[in-house]
Parts: sequence; C-alpha cells; structure tokens
Amino acid sequence: MSVITAYARARAVAAGVAQPIATVRHVHLAERPLVFVPLTLAGEANAPLAAMIGTDAEKPTLLTVPQPRNRDLRFAFAARLADIVVPYVDSFSHEVEPLRDTVCAVDAPQLIVPNPMGIEFTRLLGRSTRFRRTDGPYAVAPGVPLLGRWLTYFAERAEHPGSCALLALTDALSLHWATGQSALEDTNLAALMAWIDPPAESSGAQAAREAENPKVWPPAGPATDPEFDNQVLAPLIRAYDTSAPDSPARQRALDELEQALASQLEPTWHLMWRGIAHLRSLPPGVSVAGRWAADRRAFTDFHRYVSEGGAPQPRRDGAVAAAYRLNLLERARTTYEAERAFDDPLVMATHRLTGEAFQGTVVSVDRERRVPNEKGNLVTRPLVTVHTKDPVRLPAGAKVAAATRRSQTGLIVSVETVPDGTLVTLELSGGMGRAKVPPPGSVPALDEQLCYSGVLPENIPSPALPPVEETPWTHGGPPQPYEPSDEDAAEVWE
Amino acid sequence: MTVDTASRHSTMSGPARFDPAAEAERATQAILADFTSAHYRGVVVDSPPGAGKSTLVVRAAAEIAATGEPLMIVAQTNEQVDDLVDRLARRLAQNMPSARIGRLSRAGYTAPDRIANLPNVTVDSDLTALGEPTITIATAAKWAHVKDRTWRWAIVDEAYQMRSDSLLAIASRFERALFVGDPGQLDPFSTVDSDRWRGLTWDPMQSAVAVLLRNNPDLPVHRLPVSWRLPHTAERIIADAFYPHTGFRSGTGPGERGLRLGTASGGSTAPIDAVLNEAAASGWGLLELPARYTVRTDSEAAAAVAAVARRLIERRAVARSADQEQPITPQRIAIGAAHRDQVAAIRTALGNLPVAVDTANRLQGREYDVTVVLHPLSGRRDASAFHLESGRLCVLASRHRQACVVVARAGIREVLDTHPPTGPVHLSEPVKFPDGWVANQTVMAHLEAHRVRVR
Amino acid sequence: MQNDTDARLRRIRGSARPTRHNARTIAALTGNPGCSRRTIVDTAGVDKEKLARHIGFPSRFGQSEFAITRTNAFQTLLRADDYAELTRLLREVFPEAPEQIQYLDLEATDNTDAQDQRYARDQALISQAIAGNTGATLFDHPLLSLNVAGQNVYLEPELLVFQYGGSAYVVQVRSFAVIDGQANGENVGQAALQAAGYVLALRQTLGNPDAAPPEVLLICPKDFSNVPTITRLDIRWQLIAVEYQLDRLTHIDTLLDALPPHLNLDLGLDASGNPTRPATELIDALRHLPARYFPECLSNCDLAFFCRHEATGHTAALGRSVREELGGIETIAEVLGFAEGTVAPPEEWDEAAALLRGAAWLYAESVAAAAYSGESAALGPSRDSREPERGVS
Ligand code: SF4
Repeated sequence: MSVITAYARARAVAAGVAQPIATVRHVHLAERPLVFVPLTLAGEANAPLAAMIGTDAEKPTLLTVPQPRNRDLRFAFAARLADIVVPYVDSFSHEVEPLRDTVCAVDAPQLIVPNPMGIEFTRLLGRSTRFRRTDGPYAVAPGVPLLGRWLTYFAERAEHPGSCALLALTDALSLHWATGQSALEDTNLAALMAWIDPPAESSGAQAAREAENPKVWPPAGPATDPEFDNQVLAPLIRAYDTSAPDSPARQRALDELEQALASQLEPTWHLMWRGIAHLRSLPPGVSVAGRWAADRRAFTDFHRYVSEGGAPQPRRDGAVAAAYRLNLLERARTTYEAERAFDDPLVMATHRLTGEAFQGTVVSVDRERRVPNEKGNLVTRPLVTVHTKDPVRLPAGAKVAAATRRSQTGLIVSVETVPDGTLVTLELSGGMGRAKVPPPGSVPALDEQLCYSGVLPENIPSPALPPVEETPWTHGGPPQPYEPSDEDAAEVWE
Repeated sequence: MTVDTASRHSTMSGPARFDPAAEAERATQAILADFTSAHYRGVVVDSPPGAGKSTLVVRAAAEIAATGEPLMIVAQTNEQVDDLVDRLARRLAQNMPSARIGRLSRAGYTAPDRIANLPNVTVDSDLTALGEPTITIATAAKWAHVKDRTWRWAIVDEAYQMRSDSLLAIASRFERALFVGDPGQLDPFSTVDSDRWRGLTWDPMQSAVAVLLRNNPDLPVHRLPVSWRLPHTAERIIADAFYPHTGFRSGTGPGERGLRLGTASGGSTAPIDAVLNEAAASGWGLLELPARYTVRTDSEAAAAVAAVARRLIERRAVARSADQEQPITPQRIAIGAAHRDQVAAIRTALGNLPVAVDTANRLQGREYDVTVVLHPLSGRRDASAFHLESGRLCVLASRHRQACVVVARAGIREVLDTHPPTGPVHLSEPVKFPDGWVANQTVMAHLEAHRVRVR
Repeated sequence: MQNDTDARLRRIRGSARPTRHNARTIAALTGNPGCSRRTIVDTAGVDKEKLARHIGFPSRFGQSEFAITRTNAFQTLLRADDYAELTRLLREVFPEAPEQIQYLDLEATDNTDAQDQRYARDQALISQAIAGNTGATLFDHPLLSLNVAGQNVYLEPELLVFQYGGSAYVVQVRSFAVIDGQANGENVGQAALQAAGYVLALRQTLGNPDAAPPEVLLICPKDFSNVPTITRLDIRWQLIAVEYQLDRLTHIDTLLDALPPHLNLDLGLDASGNPTRPATELIDALRHLPARYFPECLSNCDLAFFCRHEATGHTAALGRSVREELGGIETIAEVLGFAEGTVAPPEEWDEAAALLRGAAWLYAESVAAAAYSGESAALGPSRDSREPERGVS
C-alpha cells in the first residue's frame, strides 16, 4: 500500500468507479489462456466438486463430481481435467526458438483462476494427484500424475514475483485499479468487477454490494455458498446417492446436478473473460515480455523434465532446495519491483512522492568528462545536472537509473537545494559504448526530461550452496533422497 | 499488564554480593571450556546488549590461535569484519606476534586506514593470496564463495542476524563453531513473503541460530550475564521487556554512571530541559507531545528529537562513569527511528549537528553515551507487525551508556490496547517470545514514570 | 459496583435470555478490542445475529451441512472403540503415558445435572486426578467456568482435557487438514485463541495457574484423509491476548457510564422468539455505542454489514493501512478536499494535507503523461525498449 494507491481509493469512493493505479499492463496475457474456475466441497481438504474450464469464452467445459466424497469419482474428475490441461500444456512444446545452446518455447501455457484461493486449490489438487501411479493396486488414468506435476508447476510459478504462468484474476486486476472498498473486499471477483466496470446507471459501491449477494452472484469459488450447499446441492447429492446406477432417477439426479453447478459457475465464467478483456485494454509494459520470457524458459525446462519421466515434485523443499528457491524469489522480486516503476509513471509516482525517484530537466551536461578508474585507466564518466521539483531524499553516493535509459547508471554526486527545487548532479556510466566520446544520443541532452529512480534491481548474488547430499549438520545433514513410494501413490483421498 | 513476572528474576537473586567481573569471567570460562573441549560441534552464546560479545570473540580466537590450529571467523557486514580485525590484530600483536590475520574481502574493497597498515594483517580478495594465516576472517557472503577447504574451528559473530540460508552456504567450511549473538535484536528478514517453508527445521527465513538449534537441540547454549554498556538504570527494564527468561545484570551499580548537565535556561526549551533533567536523574526520559495522528515524518516530533540532541550539547552534558568524566560530544549521541524517511526528516531538523541518525537496523551493535529515540508508534493510529517488532524497540532502547530519551506522541498505550498479539499461527514453528506487543507494553509502563508533557 | 454493572448489562439485553459464552465468543473478544459497541453487546449477552437480521443487515456466517457432517464424522472417529484413536495420539505426544488411558465422558455420565452441580463434580474430578498425579485420564466434555466482566460464566463443554503427570492439557479437535505438516495459519490461529480461553478457564476452575500448561494439543485430519494427526502448539501469545482482554472487560463500567441511562437493545422477542421492537429504535440505540469498524470485522462480527454501512465515507472502511497512508485523516471528503486544495486543513492536518497535495499532483501528472505517451506508443516501441539489464547475471 502506498499513499498514491490510498489516494486513488479515496478518489474511487467519490467517483463511484475504480481509479487506475497503473497506466500500462504489468501482467502478460496469453493469446489463449486456459481459464479455470474450480469449486470444492465444503469441509473437505481438497474435494473437487466442479469446474468450468477452457480457452474459449464461448465454449467452456463443465466438469462435475456427483459425489465428491467418492474416491473413484474424484479420480474420474482428475482424469477428465488432465485430458484438458495436459494437451493444452503440450501444445506449447512444439514451436521453439534457439536460446544459447538450447531451445526455448516461443509461447507458454497460462492458467487464470478467479482469486488467490483458486491458486491454493490448484496447488492442493496438484499435491493430491502428482504422486499417483498408473499401475499397481491404486492405478489411476495415465493423465492424472501428469496433471499433478503440471498443476504443481503452475502453483509454484505463481510464487515468483512477476510470473504470469498462473494468475489470480482479482490480484491482476487489483494491480491496475483501486476500488472504493478495502483490499479484503476486492478478493470478491464480482464486487471488484462491479467497481472496475459498473453497470450503467449504478455506482461501483451499489453494484459491489449487490455483487456480494450470493443469490445474485454465486461466489467465484472454490468455496460455494453454504445456502446453496444446504438447499440445492445436498438434496441433489442425496438423490444421486440413493438412486440405482443407470436408473432414470440417477440420470435425472445427474442432469439436475450439472444444471445446478453450471448455474453456480457460469456467472463467474463470464466475469473472468470480462475481467481479462478489461486487462487487455491496457498496453503492456515494456518489461512484460522479458518476464514472460522467464516463464517460457521455466516452462520449456519443466516440459523437458516431465517428458523425460521426471519424478513428481517432493512434498516439501529440502534445506538446499529451500535456500535456492528463496534466492530465486528474492531476485525475481527486486527485479519486478524496479521494472514495474520503470514501465509505468503511475507506479514511479509512488517513489517520487517518497523521494526515492525524481523527475526533472537536464540543465547541464559534461559529455566528454574522463576520469581515472581504480586501475588508473581513463574512462568516460559524463556529468549531468537535473533540476527537479520533486522532494529528493536520495543521498550523494546513491545509484539511480532513468526509465528511458535503463542500461545507464547514474551515481549521485551532489544534491543541492535551490529556490525553486533541487539540483541533482549525476555521474553516468554504462550505455555509451566503448568510444572515447560517447556516441550521439547515448548521454542525456540539455533540456531532456528524465525520471531517475533509486529503486533498482538489487544485486543479489546466486548462492553457493552445497550439493544436496552434502547438506551440513547445522541443517539436519543429508536428507533421505526422495523416492516416490507405493505409499504415496496409494495415499487416501476421500 | 498481566504478564507473569514471578520467574523472571530468579536468575538474579544469586549470591548476596554480585561481582559482575567474576560472574562474567565464570561464564566466559565455561564457554571457552565447552568450545575448546571439542565435545560439541556447536556452542551458542546469547549475549544481551553490550555484554562483551566482541571481547569474547577476540578471546576465543586468541585461544584457538595459540593452539596453532587454523580458525575462520564469520561476521555479517564488512564493518563488523573490520572492527574485529582491528581488535584481533592489536590483541595478537601483544600476545602472539607471529600470528597472522587474513582479511578476505570482495574484489574492489579498500581497507579503512585503521586496518590497512597493521603489520600482522593481510587483505586480499583471493584466499590463496592470503597465504596460510592463523586466522582468516570474512563476511558470510564472502565465505559462501570459498570452496574445497575446511577449517577445524570457526567463530560466527552476530549469528542471530544471520539468515539460515547463509549458514547453509558456509557450514561445510568448518568442523565446529562458536555462535555468538544477541537474541533480542532484529531478526534477519526477507523481502519475500512466503509461508512455504514454515515449520521446517531448516526454514531459510529463520535465523542461523534458530535453525542450528532446531536441528541440534542438544548443543549447549550459554549466555553472557553482564551488560557493560547499559547503566544500572536500564538493567531491570531491558531485561524484563526483552530477555524475560534469562535476564542479565548491569556491570555498573546504582549511581555509578551519570549524566551531568549545565544549567537550564528556562523559556521555550523548558520541557526539553525538564526531560533532560529527568534523564540525568533516572537514566530515562519520555518527552510526550500532544496526541495527534500524523504522517510518518511528523515534523513536530522530528523537531523535538533534534531539539533534545541540540540541547544536550548546549547544556554541556558530561558523561560520568565511576570517577571518570567526559564531555558528551555530538559523536557520542545517537538518534534512532523506525523508518528511513523519519531519519531523513530528523537529519533535516538537526541542521549540521554531527549526531548519528539512523534506523534501528543500522544502529544494531553500536554504542553511545546518550540516545534519543523517536518511538516507532508515535502518531500512529494503527500498529503493524513492523512497528511492534520487539527487536526494533530493543535495539533503540539499548544503545546507551548513560541515558535514553524517547520522544512520542501521547496515545501509544491506546494503540497497543487495540492490537493484541493474535493472528495466523504456523504448526511446528517455534514461537518467538516475548512478542513485541508485550515488550512494548512493558517499556511504555516504565517510560510513563519518566514522562514530561509538552504543553 | 459489580451488581450495578450486572443490572445495567441486563437492562441493555432486555427480556431475552443471554447468549451463552463459548470458546469462540471468548476468542472473538480479541477480534476488535477497541470496539466498545461489540464489547458491550457481547458482554450483555445480546444475540448479535438476530439483532443484525432484524435491523436489516443480516450476517452471512452460514455453515454448509457438508462441513458439519465432516466435523461430526471426525469427532466420532476419534472417540470410537473407547477412544482408541485419541489414546494412540496422546501416547505419540507422551510416549511414557500408560497404555491404558482412563477416559471419562462427563457429558454422557449424567446430562440432567444442574449446571452448578455438574461444574462442581467436574472440578472435583479433574482436581483429584491432578493432585493424585497418577496415570493418565482423559476428560471428555468437562464443564469449565471463566470470569468474564465480573461474572462467572460456564463455557460450552466442547473440549477434551487430558491429565497426565499432574498437568491438565487442553485438547482441541479441528477438522481442517494438516497437509505435509502445514495447516492454514488463520485456522490454527483461531484454534489457538480458543484454546487459550479454555486454558484460562481450566486454570480458574482448578484454582491453580500452574495446573494447565500454556500449550494445546491440536488434533486434525492428516493430508487428504480422515486419519487424525496431533500437534503441540505453544499458545503463550494467545494466553496473553485473551487474558489482557478479559482484564479490560472488568472495567466495562467506564464504557457503560458513558451511555445514555435508558439505552437498551431489547429485541422485544415474542413467544416464538421473533423480534417485535421497531428496527429504527434499535438502530438509534446502536448508534450510541461507539464502533470501530475495519474491513476485518466482515469476517468476525455479526454486526459488520451494519457497521460498514455506517462507516461509508470514512477512510477506516478502506482498511487500516489505507487510513494510515492517508495520514490518519477520518473522512474521504476531508482527504479529497485537502488533496485538491478545496478545503483548508486545520493546523493539525497541515502535514498530511501537504502530502496529499503532492500525491494528487503526481497522480494527475502521471495519468496525463501516460495518456500523452499512449498516443506515441501506438506509433511504435518507445525509444529504448530493450530488456533492461537483469539485476543478476
Ligand atoms: S462489526 Fe461493528 S460492532 Fe462488530 S467489531 Fe466491527 S465495529 Fe465493532
């Protein structure tokens, strides 16, 4: 939360409609994302009840589980889900482009769920299916363990700041619009969309209140409305349970269940595509493609791993794996935050307000300045002075870079208060090639408008960790190497 | 307050006459005995503020050095490394002129003057270039890139500030180690907010000591019993608030430390003078500004903080320790705050008075005669976990040798009243105790007795 | 004094029977401790759910029958075959405990007892077991009492108490899953808070603060199965929080003194338990009780929709961190007025207003700049669209 966002929320209250807090799109949207709206049975750890899924707004597939407590029916659901997810994922593996000494898929799969709880559902469904085996006493359909690996992959990617392999739509929307309600209320997709795109002749506030009524807008899942459970679902499941297999009564129960569940899912399904369309209306930020490239690389690597028969991901990270992952996440985070500000003046505004960035006009340039470096060689280090009216809180010695000249670093030499603002003098390095005299355009020109930011990707070195089998005594010693066991494959899921 | 205080001071009753030097020596002997016995792969030493942690490290290092066996020392920041090099070099020059110290640095590092010219110290970014020094010392980050060598002995300094993943990167470098640090200070943190590893004994977000002890619960844990920094007036309150289970004693008795001030002028500085008088008399002062919700950079509060520091100089404050007196120069005063923008605001308010102003994170491990603290909850309507963190308050309230003056808006107790410590709980994750809420209540209750109200 | 307070609370509640306290309501006392409205309504034993519905702001804390079925099934499974599963779990935590754990279902023994008698019996049984310090005993459904705002109240006996080695441990059974050693932090937090209420009640019931250690034995289903698993939880924080809040409640008379003398929330229930009092009267009465609404109320207080409605236009309704960022300013109108310079701030808001003016200016400038460059973006990529250097190689 920043002052700018808080102010935008206050504006939204007065305006009756959500206010932008981004001027570009910070998430990648795939050409054909796989939209996934799951429902789960209340009270159970991870009992799928139904799902609507597909890449085409007009042609969703509805999957239902008539008795979610039945293990076989759960696996039947997983198998049908696998038949959709696995071919979708595979379809991206064929077209590749060279990348260093290997190749990378030119595009990657993207899963979009309604809210963060949807990500958690995905994670748990991945967890409960990835260890299954396709042979032996508890054999499951061939797609099920693959589904488990992929859902786990998506859920783990979702932890990476800036990754778009699996998006929660409420998160993605809240990154771009501030509503006139609280962040807590924003996790309700219908209410959030009501603020962002209120129906004609209704204010966002009014529409959001209506959207909170589960009778009007069924919850976006995975939890269902308890009243729906008690009044509609429970009798139908009982009817299913008490009817004879293949009887007309059972068929009727099945039909009615499908209808009832479809009625709970359809409003959210349409909302999902409306929300996605809304996001698409924003132009992508400059760095979005770069971050998506990281998703593509991760996908390519994992696809290769899976097709070579890779084992399912372990239940928990070992000491070494945990430390590696933490490092990756921290690096992703610092890069993401810096990039987002560079891409978007409205995000940068937050840093300008706190004095960690400043925008101004170049008032003097010493382009050809050369100074000796540590080794005594002369290097080109131009000086520029920028006049700004922003409140600068960066001290001398701080490193900055400009949004429009990201590969060039400026080192603040001095900060001087003048009657109508502040003069900041910077020593520039990088982005000028090797010539003694910087080529034209490589150094800011007089009168150029620039925004320099001190929020830069932090240089976090990759850790030099021991191999897993040499995990030291301080961290519990070498762990038992993980072997998927029969027990894992047979784990109870009911 | 309803905190059980019955068991807290059991450790302090002890023998009738408390001899701090003897007590500290006894503890040190026991630590060194456990460490050098080689019975344990690790020995942990908890050190309250100013309890002679560095002295212990230097002494343990000298003992190992005397055996001729190679020792590695790990600290967390370059400054900490340089401080240790400085102290160790002087110590070894006296007792073991032949011993050499290798300071392993990152490329491009220039050693500060105080260690650049020491005859028994070699500085280099390459391990082989250091030769075979008796003691090799570097930051944890640098050690992480040393491969294929092990040291028989290691000392890990500021081990509670070290994250467990940094320990993982270097633990294969040593056979056994002494872990020294202050458990009351700020925990290491991560910008990543993930529940993924919670409950694991090797959770990479936990401190190195937490993980070490969870995986090796039988390792001996010692503590240094005497704070040489904190005056007698701070003993009880800091121990109660931040070290409720172990406690510690101040190395100085009642009245041994003091703050002497020149005459007050009255007039506009009256409340400031009054709070300084209170601090001189009791070791603590709370300057309470009228209740008001403010932005973080409350300029009135910043001005008040600066005024307290300025007034100390104007009144020619003198620090007394036993029978020695020393004028308090600006360099002997520090100002602490929670946020960087507050630090900036206070610096502006100070003008060119060369007093150190910094956040709690940066003040860790430092020592001054007098500290002035902008209370983290001042002017706030709501308290977040950040503002309540016990380590933050502990750092701010335990940097001083003579006195500490806290500046705050009235109303902190009300904020605390409405933010009890509840929230998510994670299975198998050890609970840090005391939590910040209790610590804050304890500290406020104490400060209220030393309150001077403005207007 | 105490009698005055009791009488006052009774008057506020009116003719209805008081709602009973249980571990959940005790835990909820810590949910929003700054809210006098909730403190008074709860302490008086007013039925908040009914009240909210009657004034047109029904809460939505419905429970699905699927969840209830699952919880019941899990509870039954634990007690089946003479508590075989529970015995196994407890011996996992206390391997030294005897193989035969004695168990006593205090509810089943005699449910016609008057509460006072039953309480006296349960108290005696547990005290004896502890004093005897022999064997291991499991008490199912013991009745405990706790002092809330000066009154001793009985807590719903929804718990198990395990006596072993002279200590009485609270055992909490929950039906959320522990998957690979982890459970939802909010759920565990709630369980810990409720257990804290029981531990305090146990200590009070036994008249011995050392009899019940500051921990709880939490039993949940493991992974995706129905197989129970047990975890020890340290609840020292939660004990402090609940104890502190209970302590505050002993000063409720100061809150009551500030109210108009005739204020009451009598729902005027008819024979079939339906409220008959005009809703407007109740709303008027509620408005006299100072609230402290935050969005978090939505997940833990029946009156939340009413209070949210009342808080419309206030920064608190947007969340605590939003209000904090806005410098603590109370209303949206002030925020926008200060930000846009249309309202001159009183001196105390000078700094917050300056910050807001800065924010408003930057906001407008950035949106405008983007609109301008949006046009040029349509012409092609910006001057330097190369991927920036990554922070790390
Ligand atoms: S909903 Fe209303 S009564 Fe309940 S705690 Fe929140 S403010 Fe108080």
